[in-house]
Amino acid sequence: MVRKRNEAVAVATQNATGDAAQRSEVTSNLLRELVAHLRQNRTSLREEWVRRITEAQLLTAMTKEEIFAEATSVYDSYVEALETGTFEALQNYARNLSERIIPRGVETHEVVGIVLLLRDVLARSLFAKYQDDFEELNRILDAYEPAANRIANTVAVGFVQERERVIRQQQEAIRELSTPVLQVRERLLILPIIGVIDPQRARQLTEQLLRGIRTNRAKVVVIDITGVAAMDATVANHLVQTVEASRLLGATVIVTGLSPEIAQTLVTIGVDLGKMNTVGDLQGGIEQAERLLGYKVVLMAEAG
Amino acid sequence: MAANEARVRIVSDSDIVAARSQGRTLAIELGFSSGDITLIATAISELARNILSYARQGEILIRAIDGSNRAGILIVASDKGPGISDLRQALLDGFSTSGSLGLGLPGVRRLMDEFEITSAPMHGTTVKVKKWKL
Amino acid sequence: MEVPILKQGGFLIATVQAALTDADLLQLRAALLERVVRMRSRGVILDVTALDVMDSFASRTIREIAHMIRLRGAETVIVGIQPEVAFAMVQLGLTLEDVATALDLEEGLEYLNKKFKSTMS
Repeated sequence: MVRKRNEAVAVATQNATGDAAQRSEVTSNLLRELVAHLRQNRTSLREEWVRRITEAQLLTAMTKEEIFAEATSVYDSYVEALETGTFEALQNYARNLSERIIPRGVETHEVVGIVLLLRDVLARSLFAKYQDDFEELNRILDAYEPAANRIANTVAVGFVQERERVIRQQQEAIRELSTPVLQVRERLLILPIIGVIDPQRARQLTEQLLRGIRTNRAKVVVIDITGVAAMDATVANHLVQTVEASRLLGATVIVTGLSPEIAQTLVTIGVDLGKMNTVGDLQGGIEQAERLLGYKVVLMAEAG
Repeated sequence: MAANEARVRIVSDSDIVAARSQGRTLAIELGFSSGDITLIATAISELARNILSYARQGEILIRAIDGSNRAGILIVASDKGPGISDLRQALLDGFSTSGSLGLGLPGVRRLMDEFEITSAPMHGTTVKVKKWKL
Repeated sequence: MEVPILKQGGFLIATVQAALTDADLLQLRAALLERVVRMRSRGVILDVTALDVMDSFASRTIREIAHMIRLRGAETVIVGIQPEVAFAMVQLGLTLEDVATALDLEEGLEYLNKKFKSTMS
């Protein structure tokens, strides 16, 4: 009796190790079967998924067509990850997707939400397919769940990482913009204006410049608008106001980087360009500023 | 006097300064930035000045208001004077106007966030302006 | 409130202490003109550091002051306009375009001295 039990134990152990190897082969087979099922039912499952997404009021920032297009890509990447067992492609896709949807205002909970919904949709379709074979269903779910978890994780983490990157970038941009007034010499300030100027930012810049003129006792200010993205009448007017306000504080303003288009806009709103001090480029503007301040202009090569 | 409201009768030029001062006080209490305080006081000054110039007398009401999620200040300048016959002309906003002409209403509108005016000949004028705390 | 006017060399320095009513501004205009004539001043510095609001009347009166003083052969400089006041002024379209401005008293004096030196030579 005892020997039989020992034998049984020995056999069981051997089977266990064999089982593990067998199991992973079984898993692969099951996953292959799963993938085939998902490919076969691609259309209906995708549609079901999109329907659930809309029902759950996720991705409201996107149109129906956009949601369907992205859903297709996610679905295919999902299935591919299941098939290959590798998640790099999925990771890259997740980052790529995030880059596109973050500016649209899509939030983390939405992305996590839709991935979990897909998992749910696929699981239910498995229930439906294997409802007659409970053991087979269990086996396939055993194969599916770890992979599904990993996929959900990959997509969510990819999204969050991308979002953090965007936020860091924005913070840096804000920091840059927060200190745009540069003092390069005594009594001389430079204000390089870059990017898109909305009325609020224009006002911020003007106030900062005026405070800077006072603090640094600047007599000349060079405002460089080379980097300004677009200049409409409102922004042009802000520029004129900045020049006028600076003068009230006793500072002379030189505007540099004036393109022909911007010059045209200024003329259109009634600015007398003859009265505005303009120079082609920033370097030229700084040189003129230095002349106004009585500095001798020395070439860098000589100064070396 | 209610802590968040002030009324100033405008009958002489010293009342203009009084109205400005009240506006400044309330704006400080509400926590407006110093830049905004100056804009508010300047707007009050111009509105009070208009009352004096065109209606001889009137009233400036200054009141704290609540928006959705933000605090603000309301200024109402009212008079029973002759009214403005051509509102559209008065509100014409030419950028780079000299500002010392006419009613300066476009300028007041630029200073504040919201602007509303009701006026009719023989019925007087009421100007309502608001500024919101960011 | 009367604005104190001091004599410094050939210049007059008028320092605004507090908010000015219209009447105060007109009184200032008269006082400055009278003194420029009596003392044969060559320049006037109007220090508005303490002025918290510059409205259309103040702006117009200041321009009149500068104009009248120029007619007497003297130069006016406005100093001490606060950043917030300057901002509010340009929103209203008040630019004081034909009046000289400087940051503060020191800058104002430097401006007048330079101006006077150039007219002397």
